[in-house]
Formats: sequence, structure tokens, C-alpha cells
Amino acid sequence: MRLLINKIVLILSTLSALIGLAFLAWILITLFVKGISSLHFALFINDLINGGLRNLIVGQFVMAGIASLIGIPIGMLAGIYLQEYGRGKFTTLIRDLSDIMMSAPSIVIGAFVYAVVVIPSGGSSGFAGSIALAIMMIPIVINTTDNMLSLVPRELREAGIALGASKYRVILDIIIKAAKVGIMTGLLLSFARIIGETAPLLFTSETSNYFSLDLTEAFPSLTVSIYALANDPVQASRDLAWAASFVLTALVLVINLIGRYITRHKG
Amino acid sequence: MEKIFKNVSLLSATLVLILLIGIFSVLFNNSKLAIDEFGFNFIVDTTWNQDVPVLNTLSKTAQNPAGVQMLDEYGDPLTKTIYGGLIPIVGTILSTLIAMVFALPIAMGIAVFLAEIAPKNISSIVGIAIELLAAIPSIIFGMWGLFYFAPIVQSFVGGYQVSLLTAGLVLGIMILPFMAAITRDSMNTTPDVLKESAYALGATKFEVIKDIIFPYSKTGIIGSIILALGRALGETMAVAFLIGSVFDLPRAINSPTVSIPVALANNFGEASGLAESSLFYLALLLFIISFAVISIAKFYFLRKAN
Repeated sequence: MRLLINKIVLILSTLSALIGLAFLAWILITLFVKGISSLHFALFINDLINGGLRNLIVGQFVMAGIASLIGIPIGMLAGIYLQEYGRGKFTTLIRDLSDIMMSAPSIVIGAFVYAVVVIPSGGSSGFAGSIALAIMMIPIVINTTDNMLSLVPRELREAGIALGASKYRVILDIIIKAAKVGIMTGLLLSFARIIGETAPLLFTSETSNYFSLDLTEAFPSLTVSIYALANDPVQASRDLAWAASFVLTALVLVINLIGRYITRHKG
Repeated sequence: MEKIFKNVSLLSATLVLILLIGIFSVLFNNSKLAIDEFGFNFIVDTTWNQDVPVLNTLSKTAQNPAGVQMLDEYGDPLTKTIYGGLIPIVGTILSTLIAMVFALPIAMGIAVFLAEIAPKNISSIVGIAIELLAAIPSIIFGMWGLFYFAPIVQSFVGGYQVSLLTAGLVLGIMILPFMAAITRDSMNTTPDVLKESAYALGATKFEVIKDIIFPYSKTGIIGSIILALGRALGETMAVAFLIGSVFDLPRAINSPTVSIPVALANNFGEASGLAESSLFYLALLLFIISFAVISIAKFYFLRKAN
């Protein structure tokens, strides 16, 4: 009887894993089949107005890139503060709040940026979209930096200080270097996370049919356009949405796999 | 230089606090119009964007116990527009509930499989696959759900393709890997010595899981579940494709409704005045609810677990 129950539970649990994998396979196969059949080279040299994706892909990268330029330095510095300087209640509070923000609803961050950037500036813009993504990114970067620095052995810090180096030199030249691989991976994963975001961009950057690098105007976004195209009853639009989804997912998964590869082989 | 570096990093850390206070106060300020107009009644009111007659409550008569209809300067009946948040609130709670009911047993199964059953190399491969599933952007789940998953669900239960049920199920599939991964991490904190002792006493794998691992990592597992719940509450895109986005209380599990994030996603751009303020009010409520849920998960359960 005990052995029978044991067997049943083990089978049920293996079955759950198979269900999880089946969903992954189902989604990936759908994406692959639908994506490949609508994907052709012309998509990458034409803009949305001509039925292509070029402006959307560039736009999404530009916004995620600017978000990284804002979010990575701030997040890393904050993470350094928490791990290297911070003591006591304030540090705990910031760490906790950052942890909470990491799971905060992204649509709410969109609403916040809408109120503080879009309304005052008179309309949606690539800049507003980048800010929204940067706000999403900061807590993720803080968390990574904080965790990776905590793995650096104490002796390294002491050795640096003992050589007479000032604290910030020790941090920049020794500690960050020691945690380099982990931090790089974390940054890569946080980039992958924000480049697939839709909700914070819906009413901050919106999207555009045209190629644009002007951050003060509505900005082309791959994800926002996928949402619009997929809800379009025209079949050609839906096919384009699938092609765009395939590109987006491939991008996110490849960045993720690179991150994992780096950790495994250099970490 | 040392001082500058330290202060800049302190400033960056403080920015988190400033951002959070900023988000809260900006949402509050922008919803002030709706809060003044509707107060807490907003939370229990099921009307959204409906014109109702303005009644003069000072002139109650036997025929008009509620008061006489007021007229504007042209002699036309005066109306005002009412916004209430109950429908999206109910939609958010119910879709999250369906997602949890669906995802919880499977996620527990996966976690047990990864932590205890699978040989190490299989566990790591399946683990990576599950984490990749977690990395897929939510909009992909929504699209796949709408075109491929919802029709199948509909063929079993009838009703509409876009409905509370399909939205909840796709939401469940989306939080599944996240829930499984963090639950597995909690289970992995159980010391091997405890497990080995139980095995040495002749316990089966199931008994070790039930009597050693679950009791030992209980708080961590509960924390992981609540954290996944917090994620589900605020999820927008996976739900936006499937819930139907209509301001009706769901009459059945297979009829469409709306959730707070979806109400925001689909109405924010065009709204102004009281409508916009009411949407900010919804955003504020969502922010407070998910803040509370995530705090409970992280600081009550997950901290106690470590």
C-alpha cells in the first residue's frame, strides 16, 4: 500500500513535469511553424508601413538600450551601496522595497510614467517608453549586483584595503572584477526581461508605423505592434504578428541561453 | 573621490525609495478627482461609464422619495457619469483564482519532480526548459492562448472563446514555471541529512516528501505560492488577449469580463477627466493590493524560511 501510494505520487509528479514541458513545446512549435511560414528576408528591410518589421525591431532595441543606459548604472551603484557601504535599517528597507518593486505590476509603472512624463510633455514618446523600461530594470539590476557582490570573499576586500587602496578603488578594481561574470549574466538577463515588455509601453511610447529615432515622438515598438496586429481581423496583419512574435521570442531565448552558457562555462 | 562615489551610490539606492513614494503619490494625486467623487463606494460599484440622472436630494416628496430630477440651464435633464471599480476588481480576483487553482498542483508536481525524483542531469535540463518557459514574453502567451488554446477550451466547456476561464487558464500556464522554480528552490533548502535519515528508516520517497521536505520548507513554499499570486494579479498582456475587456460581471465562468490591468491597458490612451482619474484609482488599488501581497510573501514567509 505504501509503495503503491509512493508510485502513484511519483507518476503524478512526473506527469506534471511532462505537462509543463508540453506547454513549452506547444508554444514554441506554434511560434516556429506560424513564425517561419510568415518570415522572409523582406521583413527585416521594410518598415511596418510597408509590411515589414525593421522599424519595430530597431525601436524596441533603442528603447531597451536607453533604458539600460539609465537603469544599469543606477542599479549597479545602488547594489554596490547595499552590499559595500550600507548598514542597518535603511539598507534593509531599500533592499526590501527594491525586492517588492521587482514584482510590481508593469502596467502600474506605465500609468506612473504616463502621469509624470507623457501628460506634462504633451504626448507619448520614445523617451517616456525608455523611462518606463528603466524603472522596471533598476530593481532587477540592484538584486543581481547585490547578490553577486555578496559572493565575493571577504578576504579580497581586506587584502585591497590592506594594500592602502581607497574603498571605491577596491570596489571598482577588485570586487566588481571578481563578480564580473555573475553581474554580466544578470545584466544580460535583465535586458532580456525588459525587451519583451509590452504593458509599460502601451501608453508611454505607443508605437509607430514609420522608422524613427526621434525620442520625442511616438516610437516604434515591436511588442505594442504585436498587440495591435494580433487584434487586427486582417489575416496578413496576424501573420505579421506571428513573424514578429517569433523574432521577439527567439531574441529573448537566445539572450537567456547566452547568459546561462556564460555562467556555466566561466562562472 | 571616495566621498563622491559613496554619495552617488547612496543616492542611487535612495532613488528606489523616492520612486516608490513617487509612484504611490502620483497615482493618488491623479485619482483624487475620482476619489472625491466616488469615495470608497468605487470599490463596490458595478457601473462603469454610465450616465445617471442627477437628483436634488433636498426636494424629497412622496412621489419622488429619492429627490426631484435636476435640470440644466436649457431645461434638459441633468446627468452625471458614474465610474465604479467592482467589475475589474472581481475580474482580477477571479482570473487570478482560476490561475492559482490550475497552476498550483502542476507547479507542486514539477517542483517535486525537479527537487526529488529526476536524476540530476534530467533535472537540470527540465529545470532549464521550465525557466525558459518563464522567460517567454507574456504577450506571446496571450497570442498563443487566443488563437490556439482558447478554441480547444471552448470546445470542451462551450461559452465564449474570450472568457474568464480561458484568461485564468492562460494566466495559470504563465505563472506555472515561475511558481515551480521558486518552490523547487525552497524544497532544495531541506538538509540532505534529514532526508537520508528518513530513507535509512525505510521511508518511501513520497513519505520523505510528505513528512520531511514539506514540513521543513513549508513557509518557503507558501511564500513562493503567494509571490506567484502577486505576479498573477498584476499581469496584463496574457490576460488582455483573452478576458474580453467588457465591463460586465461574468455571468458564468465561460463569459467575458475585464480585469484591472486590462482595463488600464485598453482604456488609458483615450481617457480624460473623470474617466482617466477613475483608471488611476484602479491603478492605485492594484498597486496597493499587489504591494501588500508581495510584502506578505517576501517578508513574512520567505524571510522566515531562510
